Amino acid sequence: MNARKLRGAIGTNLMRIATLFISLLFFLILILLIYRSTLVLGTHSIIDVLFSSIWNPDNGQFGLAAVLIDTILVTGIALLVAIPISLLSAVYIVEYAPLKLRRTIRPFIDVLAGVPSVVYGLCAFLFLAPFVKDVVAPWFGVQSTGLCIFSAAIILSIMVFPIIISLCIESFDAIPLSLKEASLSVGATKWETVKKVIFRASAPSILAAILLGFGRAFGETIAVNMVIGGTIRLPSSIFNPGETLASLIASKYGELMSIPLDESALMLVALILFIVVLLFYFLGFLLLRRAKKRWNY
Amino acid sequence: MIASVCIVLGSLVIIFGLVIVNGASSLSLEMITQTPTLSPPGSPPGGGILNAIVGSLLLALPATVFASLIGIGIALFLQTDFLHPAVSNTIRFMLDVLWGIPSIIYGIFCLMIMIYIGMSSSLIVGMIALTMLEIPIITRCMDESIKMVPIGLREGSYSLGSTKFETAIRVVRRQAFPGILAGVLLGLGRGIGDAASILFTAGFSNHIPTSIFDSTAALPTMIYNLYSTPLGQSKAFAAAFILLIIVLVVSVLSRLLTRRFKKHIIK
Repeated sequence: MNARKLRGAIGTNLMRIATLFISLLFFLILILLIYRSTLVLGTHSIIDVLFSSIWNPDNGQFGLAAVLIDTILVTGIALLVAIPISLLSAVYIVEYAPLKLRRTIRPFIDVLAGVPSVVYGLCAFLFLAPFVKDVVAPWFGVQSTGLCIFSAAIILSIMVFPIIISLCIESFDAIPLSLKEASLSVGATKWETVKKVIFRASAPSILAAILLGFGRAFGETIAVNMVIGGTIRLPSSIFNPGETLASLIASKYGELMSIPLDESALMLVALILFIVVLLFYFLGFLLLRRAKKRWNY
Repeated sequence: MIASVCIVLGSLVIIFGLVIVNGASSLSLEMITQTPTLSPPGSPPGGGILNAIVGSLLLALPATVFASLIGIGIALFLQTDFLHPAVSNTIRFMLDVLWGIPSIIYGIFCLMIMIYIGMSSSLIVGMIALTMLEIPIITRCMDESIKMVPIGLREGSYSLGSTKFETAIRVVRRQAFPGILAGVLLGLGRGIGDAASILFTAGFSNHIPTSIFDSTAALPTMIYNLYSTPLGQSKAFAAAFILLIIVLVVSVLSRLLTRRFKKHIIK
């Protein structure tokens, strides 16, 4: 075997090892999380854990219902606010905005997508929370400390804007000009073209962008932890403090890690996070494949 | 439509403005050249945030180097030359999921292994957690740009008698270099700003670490530790300001370097 072949063999095997490592890491994390959460699942049934709302580790009660509801509320509100606003902004930037504005906005948005979440959290804690407390909550006629589900959802939606916008801009740009021209030439207005041609032609990419936004909102730990207030109780309104799955781990892991059963409960929370992300990405993957087949431009 | 653009830009400008105004006013020479000093309770914490700045760089730079080396190996291996598309697409899906899972999972995963082998929170464990966090990001970016390499280029290289490995490392790597670089810098940007993965693994300390087994502070964990105390907020803002500048520099660098290296690729 000559030197070139030897080098090739060594290099290829190094690459193979790296690839094996990352595939193993995926299963290792999954298996370890399952293994560590069996302890709590051995003494509590999964139904008990998921549908009971009493979280009291001192009494051995690990009901996650309140946390799950908070997570769904925070993620749902964040996406409900972020998706329409981001889509409309992306359309405006690509189709309506003057070229000069377009060129300045795009790098700006790319930078924003990379701003660390802890910076968003800091701003939300010091400025958004007092604003919610003094202005928004009284406007709805409720009392709030400002550290609540609503604040967390708003800061999450702001964090998700740049992600969805930048992906949507990319996909709107990739639509062939002839498609738009064909629509305009049969007498469609600009808005009709946007609605019936652009949104449809880039539906798979929009879906992918929303999925990525969901991942970010659902798993965001630190920024949510800083503004949500950290109370585990069934929320009666969105101006109540709460706790999401990811932020529960961040705030409780330090104090609970020494007690095996409590630690195991937090591992179960991590496992739920992992599995939900896995399922959503799988669903997205299937939808994307179908959408690509159907709308093939 | 214009209203939604205004909402987006407005909220983002407000955040940028808040950090810059508050950060710049609390930034001083003392802040970036000193480590925290003990001060009596009730008075603002003295000293600066040098420990966090150095700690962040010590955590994120090596992590990015490791993650890039592993990432480029995976990204080149995912090509059709080496793996069946069905296998590489499965690995791509796993990488996407790993990218999507919250970074706190990497944190507790490393923490568990750390406790199992009897270590305490330290620079090296934080570095490993960040490496794991960055690998999927860097790999997927590199992979996207490697996919764009025209097949004719590879075939040309094979027809001259080069091996698969030589083609991958000399031809494909060179052609995809702008994308590879962008991936590395994206990974660095994400790694340096992530707090959840190093919260438990790197610990916190008021000193600059002297060995890789010392625990260390970092800018994100510094902000996270200080944000709720009124007296620590000026430090938190100074740290946020520096973090923002680092992210900005990385982003501009990525743009410039990508443009520069795009000149060398074959269209």
